Amino acid sequence: MAQDHTPRPILVELRDVHLSFGAAEVLKGIDLTVAKGDAVSIIGPSGSGKSTILRCINGLAQPHTGRITVAGTRVDTLRTEAERIALRKRVGIVFQQYNLFPHLTVLENITLAPTRILKVPRAEAEALARDLLARVRLADKVSAYPGELSGGQQQRVAIARALAMRPELVLFDEVTSALDPEMVGEVLAVIRELVRDGLTSILVTHEMRFAEEISDTIAFTENGRIVAQAPPAELFYRSGNPRIRQFIGGFQGYRDAVQHREGI
Amino acid sequence: MSAAALPARGALRAAWPWLALAAGSGLFWSFLDARLTRDLLDWLPYLASGFVMNVLISVLAMALGTLGGVVLGAMELSNARVVRAPAVAYVQLFRNAPHLVLIFATTYIFPFEIVVAGSYLPFPDWLKAVLGLAVPACAYVAEIVRGAILSVPTSQWDAARGSGLSRGQTLRWIILPQCLRRALPPWMNLYASITMSTALASLVGVHELLHAATDASTAVRRDDFTIAVYLTVLAAFFLFCFPISRLTRRLERRFAPR
Ligand SMILES: Nc1ncnc2c1ncn2[C@@H]1O[C@H](COP(=O)(O)OP(=O)(O)OP(=O)(O)O)[C@@H](O)[C@H]1O
Ligand SMILES: [Mg+2]
Repeated sequence: MAQDHTPRPILVELRDVHLSFGAAEVLKGIDLTVAKGDAVSIIGPSGSGKSTILRCINGLAQPHTGRITVAGTRVDTLRTEAERIALRKRVGIVFQQYNLFPHLTVLENITLAPTRILKVPRAEAEALARDLLARVRLADKVSAYPGELSGGQQQRVAIARALAMRPELVLFDEVTSALDPEMVGEVLAVIRELVRDGLTSILVTHEMRFAEEISDTIAFTENGRIVAQAPPAELFYRSGNPRIRQFIGGFQGYRDAVQHREGI
Repeated sequence: MSAAALPARGALRAAWPWLALAAGSGLFWSFLDARLTRDLLDWLPYLASGFVMNVLISVLAMALGTLGGVVLGAMELSNARVVRAPAVAYVQLFRNAPHLVLIFATTYIFPFEIVVAGSYLPFPDWLKAVLGLAVPACAYVAEIVRGAILSVPTSQWDAARGSGLSRGQTLRWIILPQCLRRALPPWMNLYASITMSTALASLVGVHELLHAATDASTAVRRDDFTIAVYLTVLAAFFLFCFPISRLTRRLERRFAPR
């Protein structure tokens, strides 16, 4: 979390973004702002469009109307594959199901995109990969295959894979939701450290306690809209919106479990 | 490939051991007769030269079929109708055509020689048989490839494209390598099936094993020899195809989704 309060440049801005899958309108006018160096969490009920927002930001989904700006690039107007690839080089994404490439080793998973897409020399890419693996505390798993790792380990490799492109922004989509409870802590610890080091990130999460701790602002989505975006304390404890209070209240027992698990 | 794509496969598998037993005991019985044994050994090199042709035809047909099938299989999954439709039409048409009909078709459609850069090159019947079997092989391989590509979860596409890979790069580096494992067993099954179909080439005059056996039987003109010679043909195909089918089963078990 950024500690100083001098205004920082805006890295991501969504204005009135609409998107439909067939007849179903999934995003109904999304507004979201992320300053450089910020960690922004998106919380909200299932099916409210959280994943779709992330997919719009890195061009995996195409909004029908609205404006999306990422580091000066107008994402909504990108038309060609080459333009979208240029964007994705700068925006990393980590998925709920890790989605590592099962036929490649941990090292190959991490170095594939840097060497093939960014044309980084192999030795340099491998050195960076080893640094990143040490950072996510998996230095000894360099030549393992994803199938040989636990869920928590796979997810940490996936985070290292995203970081290997040296992205300006990383999107985390419920990265702990598929994990056994005892592995959630190790993944959150890695993200916490990255955010402290100033990584700009957008996190979709159900870990309320964690979101409250690390986020500069939290956005609450419901039914294809962002109902509120505010600093955690404000959203969690001073929101006048009964739906938000009810949603967060529903996680109260869950929060205790998280605190217990993380030993906080 | 699904079991439905090669309906004869299961039946053949079940029948092979019994045929092999019959052929084996028949051959054993014939070796008890010294004259028969001598005749058979005399003809063995001739029969072997025929079988070399079966192997040659099957390998070439499968190589062509694999090249064409990978392209067709990828085309079948294209977003563009103009690319997809011809591939789907080809696959449906030739997956459901009897191999013998296709061998006859290629034999009579193509000329016996072709002109390349002003000089006449012979276009022998065995090469036409290769094409006749490559045509359906393309269709079967396309289905194997298509099925294998679809069996890779879409989340792999998301992850690859999220890392900045293009569609083509994702297919080449992420999806197809994962297909290899899944496609190898059905591909080997197909190879065994194509090998067995090479015997059909005898009907258009290609000098392969079955044709050689017929030559031998007409030359010797003895019932016991005729029986022994055709049992030898069966044994040759069995000894070639059975290990492939066993290996395939082992691979299928090894690659079964965990
Ligand atoms: N490719 C798609 N085709 C059709 N509908 C889709 C597609 N992707 C998402 N949807 C629909 O869009 C809506 C929003 O999906 P999204 O995945 O963004 O929700 P979410 O907030 O991430 O939910 P969750 O918390 O369950 O992950 C859902 O109703 C979903 O069924
Ligand atoms: Mg989601």
